[in-house]
Amino acid sequence: MDLASTPLLSIVMFMPLVGALLIGVLNPEAKRNARWIALYTTIITFLISLIIWIKFDPTSAGFQFVEERAWLDVMKFKLGVDGISMLFVILTTFLMPLVIMQSWVVEDRVKEYMIAFLVLETLMIGVFCALDLVLFYVFFEGGLIPMFLIIGIWGGANRIYATFKFFLYTLLGSVLMLLAVLAMYWQAGTTDITTLLTYKFPPDMQWWLWLAFFASFAVKLPMWPVHTWLPDAHVEAPTGGSVILAAVLLKMGGYGFLRFSMPMFPIASEHFASMMFALSVIAIIYTSLVALAQTDMKKLIAYSSVAHMGFVTLGIFTFSTQGVEGAIFQMLSHGIISAGLFLCVGVIYDRMHTREIAAYGGLVERMPIYATFFLILTMANVGLPGTSGFIGEFLTLLAAFKVNTWVAFFATTGIIFSAAYALYLYRRVVYGALVKPALKTIQDMSPREIAILAPLVALTLFFGIYPAPILDVTAVSVKKLVSSYEASVQSAALPAVNTVPTPASSAQPAPAPGHN
Amino acid sequence: MHALESYAPMLPEIAVAVGAMLILMLGVFRHNVQAGADYVSGWLSVIVLIAAGALILHAGDAREVLFDRAFISDGFSRFSKLLILAGTVLVFVMSFDTLARAKLLSAEICVLMLLAVTGMMLMVSAGNLIALFLGLELQSLALYVIAAIDRGNVRSSEAGLKYFVLGSLSSGMLLYGASLIYGFTGSIDLSVIATAVQGQPATQNIGLIVGLVFLLVGLAFKISAVPFHMWTPDVYEGAPTPVTAFFAAAPKMAAMALLVRTLMTGFPGIALQWQQIIVFLSIASMLLGAFAAIGQRNIKRLMAYSSIGHVGYALIGLAANSEAGTQALLVYLAIYIIMTVGAFACVLSMRTADGPVEDIDSLAGLSSSNLPMAFVLAMIFFSMAGIPPLAGFFAKLYVFGAAVKGGLYTLAVIGVLSSVVGAFYYLRVVKVMFFDEAKQSYLPADPGARLVMTLSGAFVLLFVLIPAPLVNAALAAARSLDIATTAAR
Repeated sequence: MDLASTPLLSIVMFMPLVGALLIGVLNPEAKRNARWIALYTTIITFLISLIIWIKFDPTSAGFQFVEERAWLDVMKFKLGVDGISMLFVILTTFLMPLVIMQSWVVEDRVKEYMIAFLVLETLMIGVFCALDLVLFYVFFEGGLIPMFLIIGIWGGANRIYATFKFFLYTLLGSVLMLLAVLAMYWQAGTTDITTLLTYKFPPDMQWWLWLAFFASFAVKLPMWPVHTWLPDAHVEAPTGGSVILAAVLLKMGGYGFLRFSMPMFPIASEHFASMMFALSVIAIIYTSLVALAQTDMKKLIAYSSVAHMGFVTLGIFTFSTQGVEGAIFQMLSHGIISAGLFLCVGVIYDRMHTREIAAYGGLVERMPIYATFFLILTMANVGLPGTSGFIGEFLTLLAAFKVNTWVAFFATTGIIFSAAYALYLYRRVVYGALVKPALKTIQDMSPREIAILAPLVALTLFFGIYPAPILDVTAVSVKKLVSSYEASVQSAALPAVNTVPTPASSAQPAPAPGHN
Repeated sequence: MHALESYAPMLPEIAVAVGAMLILMLGVFRHNVQAGADYVSGWLSVIVLIAAGALILHAGDAREVLFDRAFISDGFSRFSKLLILAGTVLVFVMSFDTLARAKLLSAEICVLMLLAVTGMMLMVSAGNLIALFLGLELQSLALYVIAAIDRGNVRSSEAGLKYFVLGSLSSGMLLYGASLIYGFTGSIDLSVIATAVQGQPATQNIGLIVGLVFLLVGLAFKISAVPFHMWTPDVYEGAPTPVTAFFAAAPKMAAMALLVRTLMTGFPGIALQWQQIIVFLSIASMLLGAFAAIGQRNIKRLMAYSSIGHVGYALIGLAANSEAGTQALLVYLAIYIIMTVGAFACVLSMRTADGPVEDIDSLAGLSSSNLPMAFVLAMIFFSMAGIPPLAGFFAKLYVFGAAVKGGLYTLAVIGVLSSVVGAFYYLRVVKVMFFDEAKQSYLPADPGARLVMTLSGAFVLLFVLIPAPLVNAALAAARSLDIATTAAR
């Protein structure tokens, strides 16, 4: 079979769906089979997705593995990945087998649980592969249904409030994006993302479009002050749901800023950059302080996620190669680290059925392996050099420093706060004397749990020491993104020096780029 | 012979009307019919409807007019008629057993439904105000009786009476409006009315506008657009569930199509004026449908408010007053009809050993007692909320697309925001089914209801794979109306 003509992305995308259908026809009592089919499906999906990484040409900035099929009028079923999106696909497929393995402890409605996660995987991969705006929106929103059910059925005590809040918040943000998508379609006559990337929207239209996309991505990422759904959803979701939520779903917001806001609406992005800086810095400092005060482990990690996503928006809106690469690296690294942290919480939650920090203490005495893993992930969350958390934060701060010293200064204090809350959490849970009677008999991690966490810990350290595999893949695409952004901002600025974009001036067509 | 051939465009209507009469005669003369469980008449009605559908499909693409432009058969009317027939067939198939259990499945209800369908088919083909009124009244009179068909039941009688009184009022208003329009333009023919006001400033058309407002009031009542929606929750709740399902599907389509044809081909000259009215009706319906449904405890009342909301969304397509808008409206209604019929198939299946139940709380824990039904109903409700990749998303995509294209940004923004509010009450039902503990379990669903549930669920889920045929058919239908509009200008 010729690999070049194989629709690899479609295969990766629909493989989980095939697994879900297979589980669907099983007897409801066949819990074991459902688990194994889900595990095999996700592992096979991951292995196939690795072929994409291997065959990916990092010297090309364009979209690769492009597939296009007729779908609905001008909207095409078009898939493809570039240096920005490819690694998110791998991140998704990589985490899913771990999530499924973690879910071995789920005993209630196993079949439906596995189906929900597999369907979710298809939709998540679709978000990162879609090269058609409407297709993107379908995947972006479609993920709400399985996630709503995952939190609502298998979640904690307050799950219904959390899942409604999650669903409605995200939907509210996204419907405005839908209108923007439609407006773009009528303006440009196409929903093809590759064409839209080079289309010049009139400046005042860009503002509205940018704001509509911002509404969606800011909620999804989430940015302060629309982050409040996240702690609730994280806390109430089952461990697997929290992992996917933190590691992949949040990244869709950052990916959206990179794929749409920055290249398609450069003038608006430039205009709103200072607002984004302010929001990012507030997110970093404020949510770090909030994290410090939490008594619930998952809530603490959830707030820490918001803070870390602040670095992502900070990096993207510096519009520099370093900043954008740092943001992408930060997203991937946070995907691994937050997944690891939530899994760590899951390990002790499965034993003690509480997430209260106060219920623990002195775990190191009975759980040395756990303590080691947790320590490495905590340090990575802090951004200690040698872990992957450091690279992303360092690059974004470097880029921010060039743009605005004060922003970099305040954002850096966030790292100190993050050290404070992360180490404080670690001390209260792992160190101290083992005095709680319930903990006297707690068991260290089982081989299954070690198998889940070991790859995450290993990757955290590996990318911390040798980040090249990620940076090499993204470099060319990021360079193209940044240079095309600069070109369009400059070409817009030159003739429009004396006419600040107003509704009147926007009636004229945008000036042609690069005439010299 | 030649005269007979010239009636060919009307053959589907003739088939349904003749079929209705045949079933009526058979019902009178057949012996040994078990009272209230007359499956033969039921299946005969389905055959008649399918035959009419086949005749429509067979008719070709041409635009044909009869009776001095009173009756128009074009792509638009054929698309709408097929939807009406399909919706009615599905309602028939899913409700035989329910009707038989309630001792309501008689030749009479079948005949009345067929006559209502005949009226609806005439409505969507109406080319002048007389035909419009005749079709509407044929439909309405049949529907009044059907609403009260369970005559031993007080609530059903109340629903029928309420519907009759308010419906007559609206018919009166419509007739009054039609007479004003006739008085002002000197014609009842929509295409002549359209030319009567060409190029005149709005201030000279006051009489026509006033007439049109009355006409719109009458029609807004039929599609239950806010503020003429008051009857809907009561009639939906009081009428037997199969009848409610029928009300929610076919008449909506017919009245909508009638509204579209009347406004777009008859009144293009005062489009700016009626667009304002439609925008208001649309916004009011969307908002009321979304907010009023939140407090409902009865699933049929919930569906009533949901249908009010959906009418609001479909009206966005009309407010856009464009080919894309008409296409969007047709796509919306097609998807809405299939969703709503599927949802009512589930409502029909909500029955315990004590009889049918209607409160939403009784759905608690349905996902553990009857997962397939819970799954289908959940998917239909997610779809009604407009969540991709389900069919309802594409319906909303097209109406909002038409609104954005037409520059109706305020309408579009209010529309998407109210769809978020609407999502809340759909989610609440899903929550009851999936997250709450089971209290009781239902009896197994009837085969017909199960079939409709499966079809509707499959449509909602799989529409994303092949959306093009429906969308293209709607486009062709919209285009045929647009051609007529341009010709009228």
